[in-house]
Amino acid sequence: MYKLLLCWRYLRTRYIALASVISVTLGVATMIVVNAVMSGFAYEMKNRIHGILSDVIFEAHSATGFDDPQYHMEAIRRIAGDYIAGMTPTVHVPAMLTFEYGGTHHTRPVTLIGIDAETQSEASDFGKYLLHPGNREKMSFELRDGGFDAADRQPGAPADGRRVLSEAGWSYRRWWVERKKAFDADHPQRVEPPEPTGELSTGATDDDDTAVRLAAGDEESPAPNEQLTGEPSTDGEEAAATSPADPFKPEDNVFDPATEQHTGLVLGIAISNFRDDNGKERFLLLPGDDVMLTFPNAAIPPGAVNSNFTIVDLYESKMSEYDSTFVFVPIQKLQQLQGTLDTSTMVGRANSIQIRLKNEADANLVRDKLRKAFPMELYSVSTWRDKQGPLLAAVQMETAILNILLFLIIAVAGFGILAIFFMIVVEKTRDIGILKALGASGRGIMGIFLSYGLSLGIVGSGVGLVLGLLFVVNINQIASLLSLLTGHEVFDPTIYYFYKIPAIIEPVTVTWIVCGALLIAVLASVLPARRAARLHPVEALRYE
Amino acid sequence: MNESKSALRAPRRRSDSQPAPHIEISPANSSPVQLNARGLTKSYRKGATVIPVLRGVDLEVRRGEFLAIIGQSGSGKSTLLHILGTLDAPDSGEVHYEGRRIDNLPLAQRDRVRNGQIGMIFQFYHLLPELTALENVLSPLMIASSAWSYWRRRREHGERAKELLDTVGLSHRLKHRPRELSGGEMQRAAIARALITGPKVLLADEPTGNLDRGTGQEILEILGRLNRDQKLTMVMVTHDLAIADRADRVIRLVEGRAERV
Repeated sequence: MYKLLLCWRYLRTRYIALASVISVTLGVATMIVVNAVMSGFAYEMKNRIHGILSDVIFEAHSATGFDDPQYHMEAIRRIAGDYIAGMTPTVHVPAMLTFEYGGTHHTRPVTLIGIDAETQSEASDFGKYLLHPGNREKMSFELRDGGFDAADRQPGAPADGRRVLSEAGWSYRRWWVERKKAFDADHPQRVEPPEPTGELSTGATDDDDTAVRLAAGDEESPAPNEQLTGEPSTDGEEAAATSPADPFKPEDNVFDPATEQHTGLVLGIAISNFRDDNGKERFLLLPGDDVMLTFPNAAIPPGAVNSNFTIVDLYESKMSEYDSTFVFVPIQKLQQLQGTLDTSTMVGRANSIQIRLKNEADANLVRDKLRKAFPMELYSVSTWRDKQGPLLAAVQMETAILNILLFLIIAVAGFGILAIFFMIVVEKTRDIGILKALGASGRGIMGIFLSYGLSLGIVGSGVGLVLGLLFVVNINQIASLLSLLTGHEVFDPTIYYFYKIPAIIEPVTVTWIVCGALLIAVLASVLPARRAARLHPVEALRYE
Repeated sequence: MNESKSALRAPRRRSDSQPAPHIEISPANSSPVQLNARGLTKSYRKGATVIPVLRGVDLEVRRGEFLAIIGQSGSGKSTLLHILGTLDAPDSGEVHYEGRRIDNLPLAQRDRVRNGQIGMIFQFYHLLPELTALENVLSPLMIASSAWSYWRRRREHGERAKELLDTVGLSHRLKHRPRELSGGEMQRAAIARALITGPKVLLADEPTGNLDRGTGQEILEILGRLNRDQKLTMVMVTHDLAIADRADRVIRLVEGRAERV
């Protein structure tokens, strides 16, 4: 009883000791904040990585991929069919994107991905990241009539941050075609209209190849190819690619951009937009614009294939790595352009198969099964974690290092407590003598100081806990306040693609932090407490 | 923490049946012996030199007796008192309390003897500065019992403490901290604290040494009254013969030995 009472009185009268736990408080608060933010980042990142990557990825080592993805998918299904919820073949090709903006041409290196519009969303979260609600529902490579999201769907984004997108679609397309025609009419002397549309549609051998009649849709696209059946399809493609017609030949009436579109293309949003100095998003390209892609075909040596596409939607996964490089086109179109599509069977080559697993399935198990079944020399099988392992590991590493450093701060605070406790024990020597004279045991005296240390720890880490949690809860307000005060963006959405700082409070982590701080406070008071317990009562009483 | 009485039961075996030797220093007294010491020696070491303080002190205090120990400063009065109160251990010799040897008890049992059987007051009062007068008086009870059992009987304890403070004339200063009390008031609180666990012996180490004459007289009045009314055995150390005169019997410590006066 006297322990508690004295401990309580010491706590209330010895402010210097409270000063010593301020570092514990700060350490605990910082650790909570750092862990919350780091796990928030890690969570967002995992989500985004996993969103675009399916659970298991089956790839061919060879550049041209493997034949007959359907056959492979069936083989995979035979091996691990019980775990698999969906599969889709994809083709990955490095490519160059060319587009016109403000009268000049721009190029961007991109990763061109051929996807199957029907099954892609079954195998990954691809569909969720599209900007048109209709495409999120059911992906289509046909340009829609407006209705794109006019705001970033992320929480905290400005409501009309992308007002320009609300006009995208057919109406936008008609508008720019209209303007272009007017411009061309006004400048008849201009020989080289800088217009990407229809450049290849006038190509000598496959004039209609890249243009898809809006009314007919995809069914018509293989038709022009059939004209080429006389020669090997790759050669035909090569011919198309290597002997381009004069790209700047004035437009003829074969393709009318106001009513027709090229093959649809989904563009990573970061390719088309950027942020101006005010942090406002600007779009270079919108759904409805036409772009040109240049990529290698399947021949050896590879030849370049050029083709025009119409942007039908934007893709926004918030992983800048993906958003700034990925371009999606229909897989059959890509196979056809590359010359890998067998026109009689409509089977082309693919270089990877995306596999989505059923919820409870263990990705590593499926990966290992597939690895056993397919020759390692030809195929690689990996989970999404394997794919982005270094990134996730880096985040984990950072978290671990920060935790160690911050815990060292608390440990340093522990030495502060130690020193101050020794001081208090010396100061209280006579009182310790008195207590012993009254019959208090050494253990009891030790108990006073241990519980004093514990209560200091509780106060310190408790205040730290509250501060840390408050900070985490209001982290975005604090960030904007700091930006306001310093005139310098603390958390720049252009860098992180987050409007809000993601923070997740993990109760387990918080518990560990608080327990660690308490432990340090108690450990720091052990030595002084032992010293107090061993004081000789008579000598302690005599102490002045 | 157990009840203080059990502390004395355990060592009975070890303290043997050998009766405490009755070295008749004191005048014949019909009461049984409360506290006696035999052949106590104690020396302090200062570097290489050994300074003997007690060189075989024998004394006997009977129940209800008021014994005064006088001697010059440095004569070992306080040391003797500390040894009698088990605060310090003698180099050799024995201390018996009601016939049981207490100086060689295990630490925990000595703590309990000190807590429950022997009350002590000091020249410098030795109150805990963080606690109020009332809490200071209650502190031996807090030490004696666990937090829970203390809490259960806190009202009873509180009543007893107030009663005792009333006895020593300090009932108007319950909530004051020691620094807000005068010397006399602090000593009154200390007396109440020494008596709260109902000890049979009160050891007083120069209880008036730090007080003016008038206040000192008041404190001595209280001690005398306790001795008379409650038959409290009392051993008081002082250097003042005039004060010692109040005692039933006076012993002088000379060169580490006890002499009758």
